[in-house]
Amino acid sequence: MTAKTATTTAAPRMAPWVRRLVTDDPIGSLKKLAFRLAVPLGAFIVFLLVWTAAAHQVVTKYGTLPTPAAVWHEWSLLLEDHRATRVKEREFYAEQAQQITQLKRYVQIAEAKASTATTEAVKLEFAAKAANFAKQAQLAERRRFSSSPTYLDQIFTSLKTVFAGFLIASLTAIPLGILSGMSRTFQLAISPMIQIFKPVSPLAWLPIVMIVVGALYRTDPSEAWFEKSFISSAVTVALCSLWPTLVNTAIGVNAIDKDHVNVARVLNLDWSTRVRKIVLPSSLPYIFAGLRISLSVGWMVLIAAEMLAQNPGLGKFVWDMFQNGSSATLARIMVAVFTIGIIGFLLDRVMLLLQSAVSYQGASS
Amino acid sequence: MAFLELKDVCKSYGSARGASRVLKNVSLAVEQGEFVAVLGFSGSGKTTLISLLAGLLQPDSGTISLRGKPITGPGSDRGIVFQNYALLPWLSALENVKLGLDQAHRDWSAERRREHAVKYLTLVNLGHALDKKPGELSGGMRQRVSVARALAMEPEVLLLDEPLSALDALTRASLQDEIDRIREQEKKTIVLVTNDVDEGILLADRIVPLTPGPDATFGPDFHVKLPRPRDRKSLNHDEAFKRLRNDVIRYLSGMRRGPSLSRDSEPEVGEPRLAFEVSG
Repeated sequence: MTAKTATTTAAPRMAPWVRRLVTDDPIGSLKKLAFRLAVPLGAFIVFLLVWTAAAHQVVTKYGTLPTPAAVWHEWSLLLEDHRATRVKEREFYAEQAQQITQLKRYVQIAEAKASTATTEAVKLEFAAKAANFAKQAQLAERRRFSSSPTYLDQIFTSLKTVFAGFLIASLTAIPLGILSGMSRTFQLAISPMIQIFKPVSPLAWLPIVMIVVGALYRTDPSEAWFEKSFISSAVTVALCSLWPTLVNTAIGVNAIDKDHVNVARVLNLDWSTRVRKIVLPSSLPYIFAGLRISLSVGWMVLIAAEMLAQNPGLGKFVWDMFQNGSSATLARIMVAVFTIGIIGFLLDRVMLLLQSAVSYQGASS
Repeated sequence: MAFLELKDVCKSYGSARGASRVLKNVSLAVEQGEFVAVLGFSGSGKTTLISLLAGLLQPDSGTISLRGKPITGPGSDRGIVFQNYALLPWLSALENVKLGLDQAHRDWSAERRREHAVKYLTLVNLGHALDKKPGELSGGMRQRVSVARALAMEPEVLLLDEPLSALDALTRASLQDEIDRIREQEKKTIVLVTNDVDEGILLADRIVPLTPGPDATFGPDFHVKLPRPRDRKSLNHDEAFKRLRNDVIRYLSGMRRGPSLSRDSEPEVGEPRLAFEVSG
């Protein structure tokens, strides 16, 4: 056979600049790399300098605007506070454990004495004591460490919430998008709803969601898996972030290669095989592009929702700082601004990686 | 009644008023086990014809039938090899072939379906590339996966839609030999659509020229009575081959030069003068 195998690119996926670095002209590419790093770094330093200079000019009721150094200091204070709280927590639980073992030992002693007691009165007395100690131990076990959530706790809460909302959005938007991409009727049917609900601000959704969640989610708080605030934040995030995924999925499904559609018809593939083997894989790059936009929208929405609803998370942190104004207020809010920005950036990067991982190579069939 | 039959088939695209009629009163009868090559310029409605036979399109008027039963949609009795391979790039060669099998033979064990797919991939000499993705295969290999996919469904009719037109000359020749071998081995009824006169003569029992569209229709049959196996090297010096080749080319280029045809589609049959030089 004259057909020759096309050489495959087995090299691991690398950023173009890394690949350039390992392949040709290392010195030249080092220079390019230095340029690529130096420019943004230099610009950032300029930004910090301008900020420092400008900060002293603006006087607010909480003093001048914080400088970058002040913000950094506040960040380390917040970290310190987190660590201190964790230490306290550990101490609390260690003490609690000790207390419980001691109480349990008392229970044992009392029970032993009760069993060896000679008179009925003494026996009863020790049995009552044992029961009392057991009850105390039970109470002690139930005690939980309580402190206001630290800054890192707030970050974690926000991340958890945004992922929950993102998950709800994805699980809703992808199937709907596939349906609307595959069925013209369905697309026509849901199009007006998409057009109307897409531009609605999270701030308008939030009260509705809170009221509805409050009405529907009536599980006893001590038994509930999730807190109400968590659910209402997550649902608000989902409502606002599902649109890009929905629209993109529909576009991706519409853009399927006509040849592939013909193959499905010729092979008489049933609906589920069609979706699994042809529709989903070929629209995956579009879906992930949509998911990426959804996640960044969701992250922005979440902060607003947390602020407005006083739901735990970074948004609440910002609002609390604003409410109990102190000299640290502005610096702390700026810490939050940077945290939100950096996390948003990282989330976007992760989605970008996923997106390029699912875009199959050699797209030509 | 013939095995595969088109009767007075017309097909237009577009709305009623601005419709362009691609095929006009097309009639063709293919016997069981026959290899028919439909030869025509690009834009003459060849792909439309194959799509009609495959059941991907419905004729505006006229009937298409297989074993006397009208064709109303795609079916496993007809396998099609697309011009652009139409493999799914995210599935391996084996998975591409198995895709239809998994659907059509649910009663088979997974092992049997796999073996069946491997058998046909081996038939097209791809036994070594089962787990390769289409992106890792050359054009010729991709088209062979596509042939294996069609054959594995064990259709009664194999429809080949310009299967080799995207390949280089050498790969093309080797795949022509392969198609000939498969014809010999599988004894299928085959309809090949092509723009290559030599390919048609080399492979087919009968050549049916399609006049340039719009309103394309079939010209007179050219029966290829050359004995099989046909060896491409000795064919070049075969007088009967040369005569047939000239006849077909003369007919097609005559059609193209006709006064009513002002289309400027590229002649893919090869410039007649060059063809005469080669054959003379």
